[in-house]
Amino acid sequence: MSVPEFLLRLSDDRLILGHRLSEWCGHGPILEEDIALANISLDLIGQANLLLELAGKEEGRGRTGDQLAYFREAVEFRNALIMELPRGDFGFTIARQFLVSVFGILHLERLSQSRHGDLAGIAAKALKETRYHARHSADWILKLGDGTAESHRRVQDAIDELWRYTGELFEMDDLERALAGDGLAADRAELREPWRAEVGRVLAAASLKMPADGFMQRGGREGRHTEHLGHLLAEMQIVARSFPGAEW
Amino acid sequence: MSSDAPSPDDPKRTAEFEARIARGDVIEPKDWMPERYRRQLIRMMSQHAHSEIVGMLPEGNWITRAPSLRRKMSLLAKVQDEAGHGLYIYCGTETLGVDRHELLADFLNGKAKYSSIFNYPTLTWADVGVIGWFVDGAAIVNQTMLAKASYGPYARAMVRICREENFHKRQGYESVATLARGTPGQRAMVQDAVNRWWWPSLMMFGPNDKDSPNSAELIRWGVKKKSNDELRQRFVNLTVPQAQAVNLTLPDPDLRYNEATGNWDFGQIDWDEFWAVVKGDGPCNRERMAARRKAHEEGAWVRAAAAAFAAKKRAAAAGAAA
Repeated sequence: MSVPEFLLRLSDDRLILGHRLSEWCGHGPILEEDIALANISLDLIGQANLLLELAGKEEGRGRTGDQLAYFREAVEFRNALIMELPRGDFGFTIARQFLVSVFGILHLERLSQSRHGDLAGIAAKALKETRYHARHSADWILKLGDGTAESHRRVQDAIDELWRYTGELFEMDDLERALAGDGLAADRAELREPWRAEVGRVLAAASLKMPADGFMQRGGREGRHTEHLGHLLAEMQIVARSFPGAEW
Repeated sequence: MSSDAPSPDDPKRTAEFEARIARGDVIEPKDWMPERYRRQLIRMMSQHAHSEIVGMLPEGNWITRAPSLRRKMSLLAKVQDEAGHGLYIYCGTETLGVDRHELLADFLNGKAKYSSIFNYPTLTWADVGVIGWFVDGAAIVNQTMLAKASYGPYARAMVRICREENFHKRQGYESVATLARGTPGQRAMVQDAVNRWWWPSLMMFGPNDKDSPNSAELIRWGVKKKSNDELRQRFVNLTVPQAQAVNLTLPDPDLRYNEATGNWDFGQIDWDEFWAVVKGDGPCNRERMAARRKAHEEGAWVRAAAAAFAAKKRAAAAGAAA
């Protein structure tokens, strides 16, 4: 059962972050950003949809992507904690998107070489999209870091706040080590240095400081989430759960 | 736009302009036009753009609760399209010599209007489908006419926007049809949404012709080709059979087919409600404006940062060139 579990980690990261981004729709700082954030959200939810369908197929219990999205409890979700944190201000949203997208590129580059053909295909498509997400968010990191004193302070605060949630992205456990050994998954730990290099490069260009690695929050991969996830899911799942057996 | 009073335009040029309109010429931004024509277009186009932006709110209200991933993506894409339409029409309006910031300021301080339909609340998931069907359907009837408007940039914007609205309407109707043949709970939900949105949708076409002060002038100048009442009738005629096809009833006991005219006759619109909503007393007027102002205020530091960054880049480029 390790492949579906791994696919849920990938899909839930995208579903939950996509949900957070979708909360901006109609409330962005400029119209162009309403459009851009909706675009990124659509990409991520689209990726999640494909990965959830694949997880359901691999699981072999007849669950569809929608059933996995709408009828699991918070403790059954496998996303990293960073994805579920509330959207915060625009600086927080952009900082998170940047940190996660740089990781996403490195991870997807390897997953697009996976021996699991369906996963490799989804990863290759997602990689193209994620390159755009990283570019878009890095552009904003530069603008906010090197804009006004206020924008600099806000985005630095966001990076500092988010930093303790980044460690989880690189965590390996027996499940992923075994899959990586079989050429199905990738070694996340190996991505840490290239990630630090790229994040450090952009932060330096934006005259922002890279925080020191301290205590890292973790637990999402085992379903030990922040309190925020339950509220997010209560909202996301309410209609689907209110009409059991309905088609939409 | 401080005043709607017509400026003293040269009568000879005005006559030439009206002859061009009569010939069916398309007016382009560089062409001479009466000041009153320009102002009417700014008013109409900016109202249209503001409506797209406010229109993101009632439907956006359901993005996070959409009951399937497919519906969630469709809705997100639809609301994103509306932002795109707003942007596109703002750009079109700028060809008339105003800039987007001015238009936005008039909107945020309550001077400029937007379509009243968006001052109604979205109470259930079914509202999303019904809005696609009714509100986009009504918008298409109106915009298909405006796609032939005498002002080129507006007409071209409408052609492009209509294409997307047609897609939204089909999607909305398909969602309604799915609910209508669904569980008893889904059916009740969609019938209730139809009951709430029908009359406000008819009001989207504006007052009766006799009470519409701008219409005659807009028709004379080829901006509008049909009157409010003609467009409303066309929408009713198109929508009644669609409702019948999915076994939903429209909440009007006076609705009946008129053999003589070939139209669906309908009952009296509650114009008191219409004017109350226009004047700011609809169920959500305050919430919609508050949401837009909040987004604008909370985004102020972001826009300031982008402007400061751009200024630094320009200064650096100028320094390098010197």
